[in-house]
Amino acid sequence: MFSSFMINTWIAGTAIAFVAAFVGFFVVARRSAFAAHALPLGAFPGAAAANLMGINPLIGLLIFVGIGVFLLRQLVRMGRRDVGTGLVLVLFLGMGALLLSMTREYAPAVFSLLFGEVLGVSDADLLPILGICALVVMGISLYFRPLLLDSTFPDLAALQGIRAARMDLVFLTLLALVTATALPVVGAFLVFTLLVGPPAAAQALSGNPMRVLMLSVMLAEGCIWSAIVLSYWTNWPIGFFVGSIGAGLFTVARSYRHWNQR
Amino acid sequence: MSDPILSVAHLSVDLGGRSILRDVSFDLYPGQLCALIGENGAGKTTLLRSLLGLTAQRSGQVLIDGAPADQRRALVGYVPQKIALDPDIPLRTRDLVQLGLDGHRLGLPLFSGRKKALVDQALYAVGAEAFADQRVGELSGGQQQRAVIAHALVRQPRLLILDEPLANLDFGSANALVALLGTLTHIQHIAVLVTAHDMNPLLPVMDRLVYLVGGQAATGSVDEVVRPEVLGKLYGHPVTVLRHGRRILVLPDVAAEDAEACTAAHMSHPEKAD
Ligand SMILES: Nc1ncnc2c1ncn2[C@@H]1O[C@H](COP(=O)(O)OP(=O)(O)OP(=O)(O)O)[C@@H](O)[C@H]1O
Ligand SMILES: [Mg+2]
Repeated sequence: MFSSFMINTWIAGTAIAFVAAFVGFFVVARRSAFAAHALPLGAFPGAAAANLMGINPLIGLLIFVGIGVFLLRQLVRMGRRDVGTGLVLVLFLGMGALLLSMTREYAPAVFSLLFGEVLGVSDADLLPILGICALVVMGISLYFRPLLLDSTFPDLAALQGIRAARMDLVFLTLLALVTATALPVVGAFLVFTLLVGPPAAAQALSGNPMRVLMLSVMLAEGCIWSAIVLSYWTNWPIGFFVGSIGAGLFTVARSYRHWNQR
Repeated sequence: MSDPILSVAHLSVDLGGRSILRDVSFDLYPGQLCALIGENGAGKTTLLRSLLGLTAQRSGQVLIDGAPADQRRALVGYVPQKIALDPDIPLRTRDLVQLGLDGHRLGLPLFSGRKKALVDQALYAVGAEAFADQRVGELSGGQQQRAVIAHALVRQPRLLILDEPLANLDFGSANALVALLGTLTHIQHIAVLVTAHDMNPLLPVMDRLVYLVGGQAATGSVDEVVRPEVLGKLYGHPVTVLRHGRRILVLPDVAAEDAEACTAAHMSHPEKAD
């Protein structure tokens, strides 16, 4: 389980869970779960296209999430965010269907892009993953307070000169970076769980923002580590375990809060 | 007298293609409390938001301490009318107050004794110590209001703007808040601008009045503004003004003889009236 081959998985998984918790804190605080669902699913055709063209999937993903963020912001400017997000998602999925229809040998690659590939992290993948993760942690740490105020009391934030449009761009960019790094490891469906499950559980357990951030990290790490172990033992896809554990954490934490409040 | 902290000249605002405010002018000096009175939809919130630079204006000029609002943000505290509803917001009351101090700063919040002292002081000023460690989303409407006032006060503003702060409060809490506003204005010399649909609770502390009807304003002291001829011009039809002890009742749509009967009923249940 700790062979040199698996070491990469452990390192990448740990780093990804860490940044997913950081960004997920704001996904939940801003009620942007739909965007966190749409970006990974919309971006996965980028990886498929890169596979098709024989280039690094990370590059394809970065291009796709970049276009995704741009379109999201354009559509959101015209009106309702949820509607715009849904339209971008389907637009991208349609492109994905087109790209995939151009090749025949896609089934296993697509499956691992959707549900994750625990053994998919090579030495060459590791460095960019760690680099992007470091960038995201720096971004969140830098913008923590303005983002927090903008996510919770936008009017009060505007009064302090915090521009809502800029905060939205910062948030979506960080979300896009996490998406691009996490997607090849945990899969498109499960990026969402990692982004939302642990932070939502943490926010049910505490109202202190710094404590919620730390709890999110701990829960996300617990989630991905147990998923790696279980996936290694059972040979089942890692995504299955991330999904179940993420949903489980959320359920337990919400029930705890519910019962505590009575 | 010193220079005005807030100076509004010929302000007009359009929203969604409709003219909401027309040619509104008034000045506010340090140590004065100004009440902005108007019915639902009169344009009170719109006026406040355009003073703060949150809503664009069509014409006119707003100066805060002699400069445009966006250059004087640090001087202004604002308590909006609509407050948070999401119970899951990851903030306690004291976190919200602290963000009033450093929400615009970059970097992770580090512990600072000086900041904590300022936050505690603001919590104490509004009587929010009891729920300082409770989540903002789980507070009652009136408690949330006090939390947001503490958020506005912690920066030690020279101009405090509150939108319908009395709307969520019971009789006792409303009186306590009015007393707090009086202290801030007349002892700490802050300028305070408060909106309300009923002027009566504010009368004891009010220095000036801006009376909004359909986007147009009459401004001055209570005695200058609350007169049938002034308000009649604003409403565009005759208006009855009744005074009963310290209470004032403006009846825009009632003829004078019906008003006597109406006020008898109104004054006998003053706590229900608004
Ligand atoms: N974003 C908007 N777009 C178009 N019209 C608006 C907008 N916001 C407010 N209005 C209109 O402007 C008018 C004034 O609204 P405003 O919120 O300023 O009233 P108010 O005096 O604060 O009322 P209330 O006592 O109910 O708070 C209303 O007729 C309202 O319909
Ligand atoms: Mg209003």
